[in-house]
Parts: sequence; structure tokens; C-alpha cells
Amino acid sequence: MEYVWFIVSGVVAGIFGGMGMGGGTFLIPLLTIFNGVGQHTAQAVNLISFIPMAVIAIVIHLKNKIIKFDKILLIIIPGLFSCFFGFYLSKNLTGNILSKVFGGFLIALSVFQFISSIKKDENTKL
Amino acid sequence: MENEKNDLNIKKEKMFSILTGVLAGFINGLFGGGGGMMVVPMLSKLLRYPAKVSHATAILIILPFSILSGLLYAYNGNCKLSVLFPAGIGVIIGGVLGALLLKKLSSKWVVIIFSVVMAVAGVKLLLF
Repeated sequence: MEYVWFIVSGVVAGIFGGMGMGGGTFLIPLLTIFNGVGQHTAQAVNLISFIPMAVIAIVIHLKNKIIKFDKILLIIIPGLFSCFFGFYLSKNLTGNILSKVFGGFLIALSVFQFISSIKKDENTKL
Repeated sequence: MENEKNDLNIKKEKMFSILTGVLAGFINGLFGGGGGMMVVPMLSKLLRYPAKVSHATAILIILPFSILSGLLYAYNGNCKLSVLFPAGIGVIIGGVLGALLLKKLSSKWVVIIFSVVMAVAGVKLLLF
């Protein structure tokens, strides 16, 4: 029965993701809050389930020619190193603590998003 | 003078690019997600990419990070297939639905709903 909830969580997160709203960020709390899945597991699931979707999306975006390549290596290569570092840090935190830090991150993100969407509104009204 | 200005702008762009990558990669490794939500505004505000280009390029940026992180997490024994398969299937279904819905809903409401839900989820995780 559990797997039904996992599918539903995936669908909900996927809908937001398909709208370009960072669905992955949503999948993690969905899995950990309602299904008793550990934080590290939820993160791993999110990472891996993102890959096929991303490949499909990228193929479409390439066809539509809306990807900008000129700085891409400069962005990706340093990022790969810091990615290692982030992972190493996460490995050394317990699921509980990581979960709380992630919660704080979500709050910060949501505030930031909310404010910037209001700002956008004000700009378009002017 | 013109040349100096251009040089400075080029340097700025390079630094912003590196900063974007470092932050996004770090968040991706630490949290297994959420990097995209940082990359998109950084690409559009710091590097001045148009909105669509920011979203599209962000996916291309996050992909290698996710592959690397995914491998690391899996190697670390964190990935339960019993969760991955159903959730993964759900994500693909949802992703297609979301892409179709995107054309129909107003972005403003989507962002508001999403922000509220994220905040609630964040509070729950932080406090309980």
C-alpha cells in the first residue's frame, strides 16, 4: 500500500516540476512527512528520479534552441566540486538534523520566491 | 575606457557563472534537490538570461550535479528501490501533466501556491 503514496507524492511533485517550479524540492518533504521515509533516502530518490525527466526536457529545449551554452562549463565544473562537498556534509549529518536544515532552507526559499513574485507584480503594474 | 568596461563585465560574468555553479552544486549535493530554485534566479538576475532560457539552461546545469549526487548517494546505500520506482513513475506522470497544465494556469497563482506549500512543509520539517 505504501507504494501508492509514493506514486501520488511523485505525481504531485512532478506536476510542480513540469511547471518549472522545482518539483524535486517538493518531493523530498512529501516523502519524509507522510511516508516515514528517511531524509537521505528521499534525497537520493529525488536526485535519481529527476534524471530521466531532465534528459527529456533538455532534448526538447535543445530543439527549441533556448539553452545558452556560452558559460556552461564555467558553471558546471566548479559546481561538480562543490557538489562533492555538499554530499560529504550531508553524509555526516543525521537524517533528523539534515531534515531540519532542509526545512529551514525551504522556508527561506519560499519567502524569497514570494517576495520576488510580488516584486514582479509591482513592476508589471508600473 | 570602453575596453576596460567590457573587461570588467566579462570578469563579472565569469565570477557570477562560477558562483552560480558552486552554490547550485553544493545545494544539490547537500539536499539532493532545490538547486534549480537557486539557479534560475541567478541566471536571470546575475547573468541576465531571459526567463525561458534561465529555466531551460538550469535543467542542463542541474543534470550533471544530480547524476554525480545520485551516484554518490546510491553508492552510500541511500537509495531504496521500493521508494524509487513508484515515486519515479509518479514523477514522470506528474511531469507530463504539469507541462501540459503550465499553459493553462496563471503563473502568479502557481508561484503563490507553491510558496505557501513550501513554507508549510519547511515549518513542519523544522519544528517536528
